[in-house]
Parts: sequence; C-alpha cells; structure tokens
Amino acid sequence: MNLSDQLLQYILSGLSTGAIYALIGLGFAIIYNSTGIINFAQGEFVMFGGMLGVYFFHKQGLALPIAFLLAVVVTALCGVLFERFAIRPLRRPTPMNMVIITIGGSIFLRGVAMIAWGKDTHVLPTFSGDEPISFAGATLLPQHLWIFAITILLIIGTKLFFSHTISGKAMSACAVNRRAAGLVGIDVRRMIMFSFILSSAIGAMAGIIIAPLTMTSYDVGVMLGLKGFCAAIIGGMSSGLPTVIGGLLLGVLESLGAGFSSGYKDAVAFVILLLILFFRPQGLFSRGSSERV
Amino acid sequence: MELLKLKNINTYYNAVHALKNVSLHLGRGEIVTLIGANGAGKTTLLNTLSAVTPARTGEILYDQQRIEGCEPERIVELGISQVPEGRQVFKPLTVEDNLELGAYLRFRRRESRKVIRADLEEMYLLFPRLRERRKQLAGTLSGGEQQMLAIGRALMAKPKVLLLDEPSMGLAPLVVQEIFGVIAALCRDKGTSILLVEQNAKAALKLADRGYVLETGKVILSGVASELLDNPEVQRAYLGKEKKEIWEN
Repeated sequence: MNLSDQLLQYILSGLSTGAIYALIGLGFAIIYNSTGIINFAQGEFVMFGGMLGVYFFHKQGLALPIAFLLAVVVTALCGVLFERFAIRPLRRPTPMNMVIITIGGSIFLRGVAMIAWGKDTHVLPTFSGDEPISFAGATLLPQHLWIFAITILLIIGTKLFFSHTISGKAMSACAVNRRAAGLVGIDVRRMIMFSFILSSAIGAMAGIIIAPLTMTSYDVGVMLGLKGFCAAIIGGMSSGLPTVIGGLLLGVLESLGAGFSSGYKDAVAFVILLLILFFRPQGLFSRGSSERV
Repeated sequence: MELLKLKNINTYYNAVHALKNVSLHLGRGEIVTLIGANGAGKTTLLNTLSAVTPARTGEILYDQQRIEGCEPERIVELGISQVPEGRQVFKPLTVEDNLELGAYLRFRRRESRKVIRADLEEMYLLFPRLRERRKQLAGTLSGGEQQMLAIGRALMAKPKVLLLDEPSMGLAPLVVQEIFGVIAALCRDKGTSILLVEQNAKAALKLADRGYVLETGKVILSGVASELLDNPEVQRAYLGKEKKEIWEN
C-alpha cells in the first residue's frame, strides 16, 4: 500500500465514522434549537439504539430489520419519557440546571443499561455480509456503504421535514420565538416533546448502524456523545449541513490522527472542540448574519 | 351585539397587580382602542385575553362562552388572534413560512390546503409588498413590512377578533397610515372586530369607534372615540395638548 492509498483508506473510514458523528450531532442540534438545551444524554440514546438492537436480534431472535425498527421505536419512547420526567418538570430552567439534569440523566440511562444487559461488549452482524469492496486502492466494507446511505437519507429527510412540513416549520418557529409561536397556536410543549422523539430516534439509528463495526456496550454513549457534541459545535449547532460537515471533518481528522499514532485518536476531537470554543464559538461556517431588528 | 366581554378582570404579573377590576367589551365589527401610558397594563390585558398571562379572577365571555380558563392554542382556535408588540415575526424563516404558520391550527385540523393557499393569496393582495418578498427571510424586512407580516400571520388564522399591540411603534407616519388603513378595511370589509392598543392615542381614537383609557391597571375613562378625543383630560394626558393658560393660572 503506498502513501496515497493509505491516505484514501484513512479518509474513507474517517468519513464513515464522521457520518455517525454527524447524526449524533444533528440530535444535539435538533433539541438545542427547539429548547435551548444541550442534551448531554444524547450519547445514551445512541447506546440504547445499539444495545436494544443487540437485545432484539440476539436475545429475542428477531430478524435484523425488525430488530432495527423496534430498537429505534423503543429508544424514541425513552426520549419521550426522558423529556416528560426529567426536562418538563422544570418550570424556569437555568442552563446550569439543564446541564446537570441531562448529565444526571445520562448517568442514569447508562446505569439502567448496565443492569439490564451487563458490562459485556456486544456485536451486531453487518447488514449485508463482510466481503470487502476495493475502491481505488482502498477497501470498504458493505457496512460502510450502509452507513453512508442511511446517513444521507436521514439528513435529506430531516432537511425536508424542517423546510417542507408545517410541523417542521412550527418546530423551527418555537426555536426562534417561543412566545410568538404560542400566539399563533403552536403547542410549544408538544414541539419540545417532538424534538426529543426525533433526536432520540436519529441517535438510535446511528447507534445501530455503527454497532456491527465498532461493537457496543453500556458505556459507548459517553464517547460517541462527546464526538457528536463536537460535530454540532463545529457546525454552530445548526440542524443542517454545517453540523453534518462538522461530523465528517471530525471523523476524517480523527482517522488521520489515528494514522499517525492511534493513542491520539480521541484527543483530536477534544483539541478541535476546545479550539472551536475558544476561537469560533459560533461554529466554523456561520457568518455574521445581518438582520434588522 | 357584544362579541367579547371582560368582567372584573384581575391579573398579576409576578407580584405586580397589573390589571385591577378591568371590565370592557367589544362589539361585532367594532374597532375599540385601549390607550394609556407605558406600564398602564395595555399589553397585559391583551396577554390575558390570549391566555399567555391568565387572569387570577374575573370572567371573559366570548360569544357568550366563558373562555378565561382556556389554553393559548384554544383561544386562537376560537377566533382570537394577537399581533404582539414588536411584531415578533419568525426572523430566520421566510415570509411565506411565517404566513403559513399563522394557519398552523388550520393545518392541524386538516383543513383543505387549497383554501389555506387561497387565504395566502388574499394576504398578498392585502399586502402586495409581502408577495414581492415571499421567499425572503422575515428578518430582512423593514419595520413596516414586518408589521404587515405580523398582521398577515395573525389573519391567516381567520380570527373574528384581532388584538393589535402597538402596530405603529417605531414606524414612519406614512407607514402608520398605510397600516391603519388596512385595519379599517379589515373591519369594514370582513367584519373583523378589533381591539387596538396604542400609545399613538390621536391616530387610534380617530380610527376607533370607542375607546378605553387605562391608567395603572384601571379603566379610568371610556366612551365614544370622538368624545374621548375632545375630552380635556385625555387631551392633556395623552394628546400632549397642554394649554398654556392652565399652567399660568
């Protein structure tokens, strides 16, 4: 393998993990944009997706697509319960309350997973075989293609939802101006609930499609959540393309960093996170938008 | 015929007793204005009607039904829409999205999209400038255009009662004239009843059929608009017509 082939290999595998980060980042952004909350339990939804997929597939012996679907639905249900019992009871939350509550929630969810499924690492079978595909000197697994395809579909789906459906527009409206949204008759609480359903479902899907490659256990949510958060920060918490690019960028940089020395893999994300927060807290791609007040 | 009636409304804003035994009514197809200084409770009154800051005691009758315990969505559904102070349009959304969101509850009720589409066209007839800018983000509009958008958005809910909170605020006199013209036309052509809160007392009283003067949460004067315009107390306090000789006496 010559250098350029190796480089391509790193970039391709970086893009596939980056796609996962992008999906997790979207989950962060969707909730942030409709509630102003940074949901640090987002990674736990990702873990629940993977673990529930394992549970339905291995323990219940269901077909993989059905296990996939059930895992997403049950995780979304967890999202609903989380919103109902952890977020909603707070009348006038301060950002600090919210950080503590969502971190507390994430510890709780992790504990539940540990009690339910133990501390072992689990694996899901790949969706369609393990036969590597060569691509311009690099090799890809079919699962990588699944990751790309599902990520692209989800991103397009989210985009269409926000720009073309009245519920999507209503969710954006709540994010922008909650009072005015209430005055046109939008039920703000329902929209917040909905944003939790959407982002926990997207998180669950990310957790399931990555599980065949990286394996899953009760504690994968911590790291995946932080990487997703980093993607969303790079993207300026936009629930659109910037966060997706943020995720992909992070994945590729991380993969190249690991190419130098695998010990630095996780450090890459945190260095980027800190640099962005120090120097461009509005995200890498946002320009100062002009508007009249 | 009274469409909306408030009886002995008391509203508290945190610890402040913001509305004290306020009673007023609005007839069908009537324009009623509520004037008063800053902090008199005008906005609170509209928010009490919209159930954003509910009344602690008192009754609100709409079409002979008690509505004071309703949720804000229900109020809009019943036909009472508010155009809030400072326009409050959804700035990062397009003009058309803003208007569509005004019809949010009608979409939820699965009303025919054709009918809603037709209403959207009607808004563009009412405010041709919004048609030119339909794909533009609401935040890029001028103040007057944003006010038109805010009114259009409220009208998309097909209200029978329109609550307007200081539509003239910060706008050039010509634009104010245009907007007041639209308000008069709405009342004349559609029979929409209008409750207009204004600091620009003179313009409001010229437009309205009747008026109420609110001072520190209490209704201190009410009557036919033209009579209020001539009322010396109103002239002194709200129209800025201080007669010199009063001071010299």
